[in-house]
Amino acid sequence: MDFPKELRYSKEHEWARAESNIVTVGITDYAQDSLGDVVYVELPAEGSTVTKDETFGVVESVKAVSDLYSPVTGKVIEVNDALIDSPEVINDDPYGDAWMIKVEVANLAEIKELLTADEYKQFVEEEK
Amino acid sequence: MKSGNNEPLIFEKSAKDRIGISMPKSDCPDVNPNNVISKEFLRDDIEGFPEVSELDAVRHFTRLSQKNFGVDTDFYPLGSCTMKYNPKVNEDMARLSGFSKAHPYQAPELSQGALQLMYELEGFLSEISGMDAVTLQPAAGAHGELCGMLMISAYFKAKGKPRKKVIIPDTAHGTNPASSNLAGFTVVTIKEGKGIISPEAVASVMDEDTAALMLTNPNTIGLFETNIKEIADIVHKKGGFVYCDGANLNALMGIAKLGDMGVDVIQFNLHKTFSTPHGGGGPGSGPVGVKKILEPFLPVPRIIKRGKRFNLGFNCPMSIGRLKAFYGNFGIMVRAYSYIRAMGPDGLKKASEMAVLNANYIMEKLKKAYHLPFDQTCMHECVLSDKIQSEKGVYTLDIAKRLMDYGFHPPTIYFPLVVPGAIMIEPTETESKETIDRFIAAMMTIANEARESPDIVKNAPQTTKIGRLDEVNAVKKPVLRWKP
Repeated sequence: MDFPKELRYSKEHEWARAESNIVTVGITDYAQDSLGDVVYVELPAEGSTVTKDETFGVVESVKAVSDLYSPVTGKVIEVNDALIDSPEVINDDPYGDAWMIKVEVANLAEIKELLTADEYKQFVEEEK
Repeated sequence: MKSGNNEPLIFEKSAKDRIGISMPKSDCPDVNPNNVISKEFLRDDIEGFPEVSELDAVRHFTRLSQKNFGVDTDFYPLGSCTMKYNPKVNEDMARLSGFSKAHPYQAPELSQGALQLMYELEGFLSEISGMDAVTLQPAAGAHGELCGMLMISAYFKAKGKPRKKVIIPDTAHGTNPASSNLAGFTVVTIKEGKGIISPEAVASVMDEDTAALMLTNPNTIGLFETNIKEIADIVHKKGGFVYCDGANLNALMGIAKLGDMGVDVIQFNLHKTFSTPHGGGGPGSGPVGVKKILEPFLPVPRIIKRGKRFNLGFNCPMSIGRLKAFYGNFGIMVRAYSYIRAMGPDGLKKASEMAVLNANYIMEKLKKAYHLPFDQTCMHECVLSDKIQSEKGVYTLDIAKRLMDYGFHPPTIYFPLVVPGAIMIEPTETESKETIDRFIAAMMTIANEARESPDIVKNAPQTTKIGRLDEVNAVKKPVLRWKP
């Protein structure tokens, strides 16, 4: 299971990567592994706003439907529409091609509230 | 998919101009429909319409029916679904001509028997649950939930103080948030790590904009919400209602009344608890019981009794209105009535006791071989997980598929979501100890296989007519109809 050091993580199993005030969001390797084969994903529209700890979309696997929770608050400036047609990418490359949304955040400090790779890894071990 | 032993589609058996019956020669002159019916009402030829002999049709559908798996063929421990045996006498009662040939537009004075049955069934359900009034109208469980939430919404609107929120713990049934949303509420989820809801968790989110707490008791992990009275008090203190999803009522009949625990609204799943066919065998039925305070909001028509006469009552100005065409799934009500009358109060109590005993027996026997996330006395169902087996790469889906090789319907899997890799087993009271022991033996064998030779489990099922289905493509590229 992969836990890239440069990312931050939420307890709802989303990752966040900050580049200046733009934060890219996706779901973790652990999340895709627990979900199993992803068959459907619903993402917000460009220009909409997302709020930390609130849902921004839905991901559906052969096992279950799960809400996606935003790790940050801000405006969605880009959406990875390619996932709509090829949701299996979420299983293949959760930290790369399967990024979901890019959010312009107002308060970069929110990122610091998220878990580090080590903290998230420990959280996942406990949850198992 | 294995080839060779699959029944072709009826379309594929078709041969041009082959027919099942010979019609006698008509003694009326032929009429060309084109001359007497206007074109927009005439149907074109149906492309690929199957043309087969009577024997071919009989064999086709008999073979398909033999592939069916149901409670009448073997053990069906599908958690949360209460797949108990449906006594055949219920079918006899539903087929009594006075019921089966009744027309929904038949006047009340010609439908006294049907109305009496409905009136009395409402009374039985009130008595079993500790509620004051019941409607039989909703078509199934989730429809009942919607009915309940609409009544709660209507209550606050009538008071001139609409409320926006509904609290739902993650141990409630999956349909609960959907029903609340549909009734216009925003859902506030509370998470519980210990298997049951704590009063503190409810108190921390309960406020005067919260219309209701919606829970399932016993909850979806098969545990009794022991704090329910205290939780109900917290909700009531802020003027809210407690909705209980009654889908798991099979654990409580004749033993405890949800109405006594502070529940204000409950839906009954007649097709689960009261032994009517479901899972493809028939429609559901989801009556709703309420405390006095919500009675004015029940759907119309109500079944009313004046003296010895029964009638349909429409004069209910606060009612949320009609929820279903006519009076609900009446045939199912007849079966449930028949079941309740045949069992009697003592029989219903015994059924619940046996349902709980059977589930605990399975849990105790399997809890060493399978991980048991909440190790405590369960109610009518128990939830295990694949934690031990997953170390060898054998997951819940594999275990479920392997059970099919041993002749059992798999339990509910990957639900509830709060248990990763959940295996949810509900034996019901109608299974003998011998059947349950056979199931336990199969589960123990699978646990051994997962340890010693995991590939057998990962490649299951081997003995069924069809092997593993391509679930991903079934969802992504569903083929929903045959095309020529």
